[in-house]
Amino acid sequence: MSENKENFSPELMEYIKEWKEKPGNVIMVLHKVQGEFGYVSREAAEQVSEMIDVPFAKIWGVLTFYHFFKLTKPGDINIQVCLGTACYLKGGETLVDEIQNQLGIGIGEVTPDGRYSLEAVRCIGCCGLAPVMTVGGEVFGKVTKKKVAGILASVPAQ
Amino acid sequence: MAIRNYILVCGGSGCESSHSDDIYKNLIAEAKAQGVADEVQVVKTGCFGFCEQGPIVKILPEDSFYVQVKPSDAKELISEHIIKGRQVERLLYNKETAKQKAGQVEDINFYKKQYRIVLRNCGFINPENIDEYIARDGYEALEKVLFDLTPEDVINELKTAGLRGRGGAGFPTWMKWNFTKMAQNDVKYVACNADEGDPGAYMDRSTLEGDPHSILEGMTICGHTIGANKGFIYIRAEYPLAIHRLEIAIKQAHEYGLLGKDILGSGFDFDIELRYGAGAFVCGEETALIQSLEGHRGMPQPRPPFPAVKGLWQKPTCLNNVETWANIPVILTRGGEWFHKIGTEDSPGTKVFALTGKIKNSGLVEVPMGTTLREIVYDIGGGITGGKKFKAVQTGGPSGGMISAENLDTPIDFGRLQSIGSMMGSGSMIVINEDDCMVDVAKFYLNFSVDEACGKCAPCRIGGRTLLNILEKITNGNGELADIKKMKDVAHAMQRGSLCALGQTAPNPLISSLKWFEDEFMAHIVDKKCPAGKCKKLITYTIDPEKCVGCTACARKCPVGAISGEVKKPHVIDTTVCIKCGACIQTCKFGAISIH
Repeated sequence: MSENKENFSPELMEYIKEWKEKPGNVIMVLHKVQGEFGYVSREAAEQVSEMIDVPFAKIWGVLTFYHFFKLTKPGDINIQVCLGTACYLKGGETLVDEIQNQLGIGIGEVTPDGRYSLEAVRCIGCCGLAPVMTVGGEVFGKVTKKKVAGILASVPAQ
Repeated sequence: MAIRNYILVCGGSGCESSHSDDIYKNLIAEAKAQGVADEVQVVKTGCFGFCEQGPIVKILPEDSFYVQVKPSDAKELISEHIIKGRQVERLLYNKETAKQKAGQVEDINFYKKQYRIVLRNCGFINPENIDEYIARDGYEALEKVLFDLTPEDVINELKTAGLRGRGGAGFPTWMKWNFTKMAQNDVKYVACNADEGDPGAYMDRSTLEGDPHSILEGMTICGHTIGANKGFIYIRAEYPLAIHRLEIAIKQAHEYGLLGKDILGSGFDFDIELRYGAGAFVCGEETALIQSLEGHRGMPQPRPPFPAVKGLWQKPTCLNNVETWANIPVILTRGGEWFHKIGTEDSPGTKVFALTGKIKNSGLVEVPMGTTLREIVYDIGGGITGGKKFKAVQTGGPSGGMISAENLDTPIDFGRLQSIGSMMGSGSMIVINEDDCMVDVAKFYLNFSVDEACGKCAPCRIGGRTLLNILEKITNGNGELADIKKMKDVAHAMQRGSLCALGQTAPNPLISSLKWFEDEFMAHIVDKKCPAGKCKKLITYTIDPEKCVGCTACARKCPVGAISGEVKKPHVIDTTVCIKCGACIQTCKFGAISIH
């Protein structure tokens, strides 16, 4: 097997080996890589390409097609604001504006200290609690503009 | 000592986000601390559906329905309800009538008109324990199929039932199964579409989280019927809890001999694997989903050949949606005749909707087909929030349409929703009120479809972008009358010429808005006004000189210095500078600022 340039964990290496021969493995392997690093760097994608013997162009094609895959490193605390229909109608956009005011970053950006990143997501399936945002993986429902600052402060970096 | 009470705690994603897991742990700890651990069983179940009031705790046998419970309430629930036998009144659901506290589930309007087939076990069983599924007749249908029925019997039963695919299109399920069964090939596949991509829908998520075995059983039955030994569940990576519960369910089914080699000694082998989606709405389309399962970009393919003939890895594949799978075991245990009597002739059975938007009781509802929209919005949903006026209901998500007040009494089924310009879709039902601008909502949906389009065919790729540009132009105040016809023409071309359902249906929200709310489009185009006050470019902020006391609060708050005036004298807003951020309105204590 090719060398481990990107320092994949032994568990990840094992997983890739296990999936190498299975048809339709690309997306599953990329999920595992993102699970370990929080994103899939070009270098990591190159290493995956070598390990499972799938052309890099194909892997990059898959990575750029699907919204779930991130190509740049997110902040220590990733903030997702839901802009699905229910959340949009109930003011999801005002939450984005408020976070922008508070942290000075727009959608897809990371604060200079690398602490927070902000993304807009389509629906996290908690429509009954709209508008919804997640901070560091924790879901907050029925969020108002006024609650944003308190929520941001309440979540410690992992 | 025997178990006296069962305490059911909602473990759906919505309630878990409100710390239902802590409630569950605290209840167990308190039961132990107060010496009744042997008498109560605390169970974490799937979604109760009444998400608006979550987290929800139900105590049996009294059937007491506690809402908005906090982890700190555990102590009182144990000491009062369990030990002293007195319901904790302050936590009971009490919004129904002013005086009488509705404690029992049957008293709650939200549940009165519901009929639960798909969600039969959600909120009743612990989804992480296969024994509880089996205790509620789980895997009985599989046993019947393996030993008592022929594959033809199964297909006939589904034909009698008249079940139509719940993913949105409503294709008769028995036909899909039959096509795959008839296809000649030594390898066939069964697949489950759990890529719930419609923004505003979470029916499938709740079903998977609350009753994962029903999906596994349905798929295994299909495998035996069509001659497949392998199934795949294509599930959104955004649903970690559903994935976790499916993994547990698959493992337990293996341990019980209900999956794997020689199922229940019948000689039939069947196994199910999970494959994750990665956030692409177009992958809800069956050919795109198959591409994604194979590890490619999710690009739709021309049909025919249909997946029933050439699907996953070119093999015949029977692909159904989560809700369809969940119906299968019940139909086979209770019979096609029984199922056919529920709902309408066009669409037998029930449908699960995610009722959200400007509605009092948002949540998950399952109703017999033929229930009217009015019953769902007003009787189950409790009407519009904040005493506002109803404007429209949107069904079918980015592929569906707007339904106006004129059609509120339409009984819901596949045919009738289509006849009023919408569609069933997967089950999102979004209530829109007078505060929402229909042009803006149409733009929202179109923006979604354009963003999610795969880019393969020109009608969808170019048409969608063109429509979006025109809508941008209209909401910016530059619309012309000719734009209406232009939009209709482009929409027509997309509907006729796009390769897959995404492009064919993407104009639906716009076309139905144009049909029922043309006056709003006209207001934007002719009067350059947004009646709902949503489209920023078309509204102006003004200060009423009668009400303004000249406190200067707004002028100090304005980020662009658009407000001027002397202290204690009425202020004015320079509309050419104003960026319409709304900061002044929030600051003014005298209600002097208004939007036009």
